[in-house]
Amino acid sequence: MSNIPDDFHYTSTHEWVKVDENGVATVGISDHAQEALGDIVFVELPEPGTEIEARAEAAVVESVKAASDIYSPVSGEITQVNEALIDNPQLVNTAPYDDGWIYRMTINDERDLDELLNAEAYAEHCSDE
Amino acid sequence: MGLRTCLFDRHAAAGAKIVDFSGWDMPLHYGSQIEEHNQVRNDAGVFDVSHMTVTDVAGIDAENWLRYLLANDVARLEAPGKALYSLLLNHDGGVVDDLIVYRTEAGYRLVTNCATRRKVLIWLAQNSQGFMVQVEERPNLAMMAVHGPNSIALAHEALGADSTPAVRQLGNFESFEQGGWLVARTGYTGELGLEVILPAERAGPLWDALLAAGVKPAGLGARDTLRLEAGMNLYGQDMDENTSPFSANLGWSVNLRDEERDFLGREAVLQHRRLQQEGELPVLAGLVLEARGVLRSGQPVFTDKGEGVITSGSFSPTLKQSIALARIPWGSESCQVDLRGAMAPLKIVKPGFVRFGKRIFE
Repeated sequence: MSNIPDDFHYTSTHEWVKVDENGVATVGISDHAQEALGDIVFVELPEPGTEIEARAEAAVVESVKAASDIYSPVSGEITQVNEALIDNPQLVNTAPYDDGWIYRMTINDERDLDELLNAEAYAEHCSDE
Repeated sequence: MGLRTCLFDRHAAAGAKIVDFSGWDMPLHYGSQIEEHNQVRNDAGVFDVSHMTVTDVAGIDAENWLRYLLANDVARLEAPGKALYSLLLNHDGGVVDDLIVYRTEAGYRLVTNCATRRKVLIWLAQNSQGFMVQVEERPNLAMMAVHGPNSIALAHEALGADSTPAVRQLGNFESFEQGGWLVARTGYTGELGLEVILPAERAGPLWDALLAAGVKPAGLGARDTLRLEAGMNLYGQDMDENTSPFSANLGWSVNLRDEERDFLGREAVLQHRRLQQEGELPVLAGLVLEARGVLRSGQPVFTDKGEGVITSGSFSPTLKQSIALARIPWGSESCQVDLRGAMAPLKIVKPGFVRFGKRIFE
């Protein structure tokens, strides 16, 4: 069983988003997703400053097995990307919820979060796949 | 549930990610495919390859039959203990399968692919009429490949002192037999190593002894990236029944030296060779991507001479960039691939990227 922390929001396409006290959202992919992809070899990061819509393609994760698009869980502006992934993409495998984060963004509308899955709903979604 | 090798419980206990491979439940990796790949390049890894098809050939016509059946010439195997790589060709010169044939004390042993098992056994049966041969599949034998710069040193410990002198004397593509085991210096990784074919009930203890000696298990994922770095073809992906050996970088294995030898597919491959000399046949080339990204099987590529296709593509853990085998027009000098809407240049090289841990192309 993969790790699904309680205080994150999830998408059905296996991204997670966590919002800090300043309203900054951090986005990554779930443990379930990294395990299914296998060893990750490249992460194509977005440009900071980009405005992105919820469910739009924000980044690409390439593993030994396949290329996988990362869709933004919410709408907003990308403020920071995880440059450590350029030299060490396997952080997504080893610490998907932590050092393997992909980008940070502002959130245009907090109500976007209501559309997302909580940990319990996401766990159910994974077991249905 | 698929078919399982006698080592399945050990794979499962080691936490392997099990995938279906042509009807067999096989380990893809035991945690990280890249770590296993690097383990084989830098130290020693062991693969369970018991799913491969082992067939023994005996009888007074064994040599003549194999000289007819195989595109390479078993007459080169002058004594037991010698082995060679060969293709099985159909009448059109297409590749039915690729294999290693070992000359043994009792005759010959063929190791063919898992995915082609049924087709190959039928092919052997259909083409044995008129020859005094016994052809016997050996499903109760297990097979493992121990590869890496330290593989042989560590295997000595696991195989026992009795076999040490014999292992030491093995040259590349040589084997010896002892108590129902066949130990050979053959493999699919571009590293030093052994393949051991042994009774299934002995496989578990040998596996355990290898691990105790410091060899680490490696899955089929690492096996695929290792063979791709070594520039070795995968049957069904880089060549099949519609591919000429000359379009698969395997012309070298078609032995035409003995003009009297009438092997299956001979007329057709002579024609292919002429076409290639005229530049009419595509070639299997190696491609290297300098940009970030991963080449994938089935992707089209565009050369100065026309379109081609990637037959095997992956990330090379040794080179830390993407490499591929691709079938492209003869004489191509430049090549590009569409990477998410932008054309990226590819370097064309001879197939073969890494040997003995080192980059081998210019």
